[in-house]
Amino acid sequence: MRLLAMRSGHGEVLIAEGNVDVPQEERELIAAFRAQLDAGMWAAVPLSDRLGQREAQFVRSFEEIPRDAERVIFFPRAAGGG
Amino acid sequence: MPEPRVSVGHYDPVRERRAELRAQALLRSCVNPEEWAMYSQLGLIRVWGRAVGHAARVALDGGAVALYAYLIYPYRPIVAYVPDSTRLLGEYCVAFGDGERGTDRLPPSDDVLAKWLALIGDERRLIATANVHPAGRQLDPVRVRRDLAALAAWERGRGTRPQWPPGSLPDRWPPTTDST
Repeated sequence: MRLLAMRSGHGEVLIAEGNVDVPQEERELIAAFRAQLDAGMWAAVPLSDRLGQREAQFVRSFEEIPRDAERVIFFPRAAGGG
Repeated sequence: MPEPRVSVGHYDPVRERRAELRAQALLRSCVNPEEWAMYSQLGLIRVWGRAVGHAARVALDGGAVALYAYLIYPYRPIVAYVPDSTRLLGEYCVAFGDGERGTDRLPPSDDVLAKWLALIGDERRLIATANVHPAGRQLDPVRVRRDLAALAAWERGRGTRPQWPPGSLPDRWPPTTDST
């Protein structure tokens, strides 16, 4: 699983990468995930449904991430614009 | 892994171009091929509304059609409209500010992807966050309708028809944050 964050002036940045089935790596992924949410980011997991349509799942905790997810994308929390 | 430090203190067109190319690659890897083609050729992505309630499901069973959809543009409000009539419903103004002050802009394609992820992942949450304005406040309705005509022509040219998902019938407008 890779945790990616959108950054101005850069595009996505790799925050963390690891195997959720390896306890130490999972702990590091969880810590990195929480740090991003604590920093005010939103998180979504790109997915494909059973028909092959691409979807996205909002996640608010690490437990909500499908175990087989390849990527979690963090992006700045939306604010009302002008 | 330590997060790379990214300095964005001044505008650097080379850096911004590189960032946009990375953002385009990420966007392409997340959205449907048709949506990517739409964006690369028309500069927008259409997303079907999904805020469906019980009443809408009843309406669907009864054969009624009351679809709505959104147009996503980079750095522009999300426009809601009724596909059957091209009636514009409103503008949803959201910003995804980065940086300490939240004022640094994401690359254009990251801005589009953030809107796509948010609309697909939790439409009600995004709509509840947005500042809502009548159609025409920021985007010229003539331009939007021109884009809709271009989108229709583009789909005819591809030999595709809009794939309206069964779950895109709204029970009310605008969608609210109530659970239904």
